[in-house]
Amino acid sequence: MTPTEATNDDRPALPERAQALDLLRGMIRIRRFEEKCAELYSAMKIRGFLHLCIGEEAIPVGVMPTLVPEDAIVATYREHGHALARGMPMGAVMAEMYGKAGGCSRGRGGSMHLFDAATRFYGGNAIVGGGLPLAVGLALAERMQGRPNVAACFFGEGAVAEGEFHESMNLAALWNLPVLFLCENNLYAMGTALQLSESNTDIHAKAASYGMTSEAVDAMDVLAVGAAARRATEAIRAGEGPYFLELRTYRFRPHSMFDPELYRNKEEVEAWKQRGPIVTFSQRLREAGLLDDAALAGIEAEVAREVDAAVAFAEASEWEPVGDLARDVYTEEDAA
Amino acid sequence: MTAQTANGGTIALTYREAVRAALREALEADPRVFLMGEDVGRYGGCYAVSTGLLAEFGPERIRDTPLSESSFVGAGIGAALGGMRPIVEIMTVNFSLLAIDQIVNNAATIRHMSGGQFSIPLVIRMATGGGRQLAAQHSHSLEGWYAHIPGIRVVTPATLEDARGMLASALACPDPVLIFENALLYNDKGEIPADAGAVDIDRAAIRRPGRDVSLITYGGSLGKTLAAAESLAGQGVDAEVVDLRTLRPLDDATILGSVRRTRRAVIVDEGWRSVGIAAEIMARIMEQAFYDLDAPVARVCSEEVPIPYAKHLEDAALPQTDKIIRAVEHLMGNHG
Repeated sequence: MTPTEATNDDRPALPERAQALDLLRGMIRIRRFEEKCAELYSAMKIRGFLHLCIGEEAIPVGVMPTLVPEDAIVATYREHGHALARGMPMGAVMAEMYGKAGGCSRGRGGSMHLFDAATRFYGGNAIVGGGLPLAVGLALAERMQGRPNVAACFFGEGAVAEGEFHESMNLAALWNLPVLFLCENNLYAMGTALQLSESNTDIHAKAASYGMTSEAVDAMDVLAVGAAARRATEAIRAGEGPYFLELRTYRFRPHSMFDPELYRNKEEVEAWKQRGPIVTFSQRLREAGLLDDAALAGIEAEVAREVDAAVAFAEASEWEPVGDLARDVYTEEDAA
Repeated sequence: MTAQTANGGTIALTYREAVRAALREALEADPRVFLMGEDVGRYGGCYAVSTGLLAEFGPERIRDTPLSESSFVGAGIGAALGGMRPIVEIMTVNFSLLAIDQIVNNAATIRHMSGGQFSIPLVIRMATGGGRQLAAQHSHSLEGWYAHIPGIRVVTPATLEDARGMLASALACPDPVLIFENALLYNDKGEIPADAGAVDIDRAAIRRPGRDVSLITYGGSLGKTLAAAESLAGQGVDAEVVDLRTLRPLDDATILGSVRRTRRAVIVDEGWRSVGIAAEIMARIMEQAFYDLDAPVARVCSEEVPIPYAKHLEDAALPQTDKIIRAVEHLMGNHG
């Protein structure tokens, strides 16, 4: 499948320079963090599964500014970008990759299970489709407690084949719940192309069939993602019920570090890379006179320092004592 | 069917009414509590447990769901994460298999996987057990399966007091609690103190003290086991009956204390024999009380068949009073 080109006229207008550079910095931050993760995986500092979102950075960076701290977030096992864009400390995320006690999940979760109560980040869920019902329930809790907050749920297009997707669409629409469904359609469920797994590949139409507002978005454009998420969250906060965004994107890296990528050709990947969210947004900013080499170097240097600090934090963090292995299987009420 | 006040400070009621009274009390006591499940509202509950509650508490708190076990159980988990105290009703344990992803992969894991940041104060009630000629998709006893899973609690109220009192304790528990109500018990009738309230969900109970053999059971088999003990008393065998009440965590102290006194044990479990809760209890006795035994530990379980429809076949498949008596006679005869 080849990328579809948006014409220049379709693109949302650029924001002011500071805001534009924030978006660029946000995407570069995720990119450089994940590149470092891949390196550390090869160095065997990080083990288990490592799913990189390189190529998909416009989604978390576009969506998160439309959410408020009180909103709840559910993500998938490819959630480093979401965690960082939500504001989780990079050091705690990196330490979790290391499996250290200083990790955001105390080394119990790893790359696929980043959690953070402070930012209402309810995980990294590694069962495809398994997070959607949680988001429906979080939204129900907001509604029943009279709070105006949104439950934002990220999931891949592979989840659309799961029963839990359809059950959750139905329940959210039936109960008019404040759920923002964010389908990251990167065209491959692991190695199975969308057209090999869906009878109807127009995913946003499936959501619309449940009676909720649904849009397909060019998710290689951070501004398009942001504008769509703004429309969606405003509608949800106005009480209009759930809203669905099909975010059309592409994963530049293999599914995980074990993936030999037999299912797609290099030409296809290269074509999508030409439309990469960082390269295209940088180019647009340059053309508009909002970015020059010095500014970009400044961003890169700032991000490099943060990534270095995160690695140092993870290296310095302690290992959880084996004596605490069974901790937090159940709530220890008197421990607090 | 309302509970009637009798003299002596007791009330006469059915097991069904005891559960309903517990639900009503919980809904009155805490605005965060709500009941959600298939046909709990307008229909009144498939076993008529929640009859009348919709009129009392309204459709927000007595919430009829679509036939989508995975999403409404998952929504219960999400709502619990979001600050509510949901009670999710699943019609029968067989249907809970449609939600097992949510129960096993989310409810049981999130506390640990998040490094202790998030607890799931969720109660799931479901009917279990055979004996009603409902055949193999409505009659199984899978509570032992759930007892395999760290991170959840499994309770099995067998008496009116427990039917009345376990729900409040389950709701007070910060972790997921599964309550298994054996469907044959709903019509059990008796008297309980008018002020009956919360009971512990941590300990087994000795329902009949005895010296010669420990009959260890739970749920729908308690009545059959007590009947067997009465019959055995006529033969001069003084059987002690232990009601496990909670299958996870098992109360080793009460189980082993009983076995050490009587030096013989028979486990009665409506689950299948292979790899079941009975096997687990036998293993614990071997590990911890082997030298206190005067005879091998025995068990009476369901036969290894899907529970059949025809009454004579179903009766033959399930633990029955005469089978329990024969097992004890065998134990005493061979080894007394």
